[in-house]
Amino acid sequence: MTDVLPVGERRQLAPPVDDSGVLGWIRKNLFSSWGNGITTVVLIFAVGWILAGFLDWAVLTANFTAASGSECRGYGACWALIREKYRYIFFGSFPYEQHWRPLFAVIAMLAMLVLSADRRMWNWRLLVIWGVGSFVTFLLMFGQIHIPLSLMLTVALILGGAGMSLRKLIAGAGEMNAYRALAAIGLAGLALRIAGVLPGWSLAIAPLDYVETSLWGGIPVTIILATYGLAFAFPYGVLLALGRRSNLPLIKGLCVGFIELIRGVPLISLLIMASVMLPLFLPSGTTIDKFLRAQVAVILFAGAYIAEVIRGGLQSLPKGQFEAADAMGLNYMQKTLLIILPQALRVVIPPLINTFIGFFKDTSLVLIIGIFDFLNTANQALVDPNWAGFPGEVYLFAAFVYFVFCYSMSRYSKYLEVELNKGTHR
Amino acid sequence: MAANAARDLSSAASVIELRAVNKWFGQFHVLSDINLDVREGEKIVICGPSGSGKSTLIRCINRLEEHQAGDIVVHGVTLSNDVKNIEAIRREVGMVFQSFNLFPHLTILDNLTLAPIWVKKMPKKDAEEIAMGLLKRVRIPEQALKYPGQLSGGQQQRVAIARALCMRPKIMLFDEPTSALDPEMVKEVLDVMIELAREGMTMLVVTHEMGFARAVADRVIFMDRGEIVEQNEPEEFFANPRNERTKLFLGQILHHH
Repeated sequence: MTDVLPVGERRQLAPPVDDSGVLGWIRKNLFSSWGNGITTVVLIFAVGWILAGFLDWAVLTANFTAASGSECRGYGACWALIREKYRYIFFGSFPYEQHWRPLFAVIAMLAMLVLSADRRMWNWRLLVIWGVGSFVTFLLMFGQIHIPLSLMLTVALILGGAGMSLRKLIAGAGEMNAYRALAAIGLAGLALRIAGVLPGWSLAIAPLDYVETSLWGGIPVTIILATYGLAFAFPYGVLLALGRRSNLPLIKGLCVGFIELIRGVPLISLLIMASVMLPLFLPSGTTIDKFLRAQVAVILFAGAYIAEVIRGGLQSLPKGQFEAADAMGLNYMQKTLLIILPQALRVVIPPLINTFIGFFKDTSLVLIIGIFDFLNTANQALVDPNWAGFPGEVYLFAAFVYFVFCYSMSRYSKYLEVELNKGTHR
Repeated sequence: MAANAARDLSSAASVIELRAVNKWFGQFHVLSDINLDVREGEKIVICGPSGSGKSTLIRCINRLEEHQAGDIVVHGVTLSNDVKNIEAIRREVGMVFQSFNLFPHLTILDNLTLAPIWVKKMPKKDAEEIAMGLLKRVRIPEQALKYPGQLSGGQQQRVAIARALCMRPKIMLFDEPTSALDPEMVKEVLDVMIELAREGMTMLVVTHEMGFARAVADRVIFMDRGEIVEQNEPEEFFANPRNERTKLFLGQILHHH
């Protein structure tokens, strides 16, 4: 029985065909022939058998409440282990009573990522979102942030300079004077600081206990490494890809050399270089945080891969697009930012997100240099002799968490493709 | 259609001068010793067999191609490798391509206003006003908010003409503007070009549309194997071609018209 529809809608119904309806669909797609029918039945039984076995293990006979590993034996899945260890798996060796800090740091980062996924935010708001989000995240993780005077002055100089050059023809007199003042303060302050007139003062924001990076662990480490790794690797990769197509032989050579060198070595060797070799080359007394070194290694590595993905997009553009932009008198920057990149990046969304997903998972390689990312803390949870012998549960749990992140990225890629190609039927 | 002959251009100033221009693609001598003067308001049609260098010639004028010997002077500025110099010339010279080359990720209106806003630093409102005026002139104002992919070839080419005009150029270059169009769309584009010619724009047009040449050209140039073989007023050119190669070429293309 079909419902009676208003005339206008009825006209839009699909024409009647033999295989309409659930039964028709099943007959057409699953049982169209004897061979097809047998395959369907066998597959349904196989899948049902596997699912039933899994359900029995994971839910029906599972133990959710055991107090130790020995109580779990003889049952199905020992989810009691996750219940016992989840705080360590999520937050690692971060001081136990302070676990709310990495929790809120993770929430801040997720909020930052979700907000910046929205296309309407792709303007000055993005800077605010990432500025605030990053500040909250690192304040929570470190507990204290010291901002040296020279850094503030440098930022003032850069902001002022950028404002002066980028908004030269758009800004009013008042805005322009503000940029000039910023740049002047930055420049004068830096000069005085170098001359030794200004002291090496720094602004301390210290509402919480300091927690060093070696105590960080679990999900915040994975998210920080992936988020900032990719956030820096992306613009860096764009520059590398543009440089590789440059007409200037030196720039081109440097970019090609860098990309090939980085792509030619495994990420693990780069991480070991950053963790073991780099300190040997630094003057004694200077230390760079191990976490930061791993982060830089991830950025360099991801940058090279992203560059090659983006180069594919650049090459897919017809020559006419470059010529039309040239003929209109656009300069290189305008041509690249307004015409070339918007089109090239649209083309490479699927492979780009593919690279992102790969790198999200590759961050787990930092365990090789003793950083406790999410997979590593999950691994460490197995070491407890009280709970020995349940690797399946822990890895399944870790896999589930990774899947949630990776699948979200994959869906976002789909959304972005549709969103950006709205109206532009090609 | 003989009205053009009456117009006296000999007193007008030269806006483009080519002096002994030479260019090679590898070993291939694509332009050899080209000398050409274009006066203000003059409309020149360039024809010739494919590979004769006609497209390369006009693409040298706005430096999409680089010539290797000789001088090209546009509006008193000699083309050199100086980027500022090239950008200055490109602001004065509009170009329309065979394959339209509209920007597919921008709306029609944004395609038009892009260069005025970013190159001329014109306020957005003014640029949009000019753009809408031009879209009316090419008779598609209702398409302003669509994307290029949603328009027909003829409409796209008219948008491309409007886009070039948006920069208020002194000179317009057309590189086979109707060659990629379906036959029924050629006229709508030619009509716009004829209108533009009547308004006094300086135009260099590479085309095989001999009807267009007869209607508006002050001079028709025939190129073959990288050199200018013959040039004349359209009536003379079509009635009494002097060179054998011109006769052969005209015989081939007029055969079908």
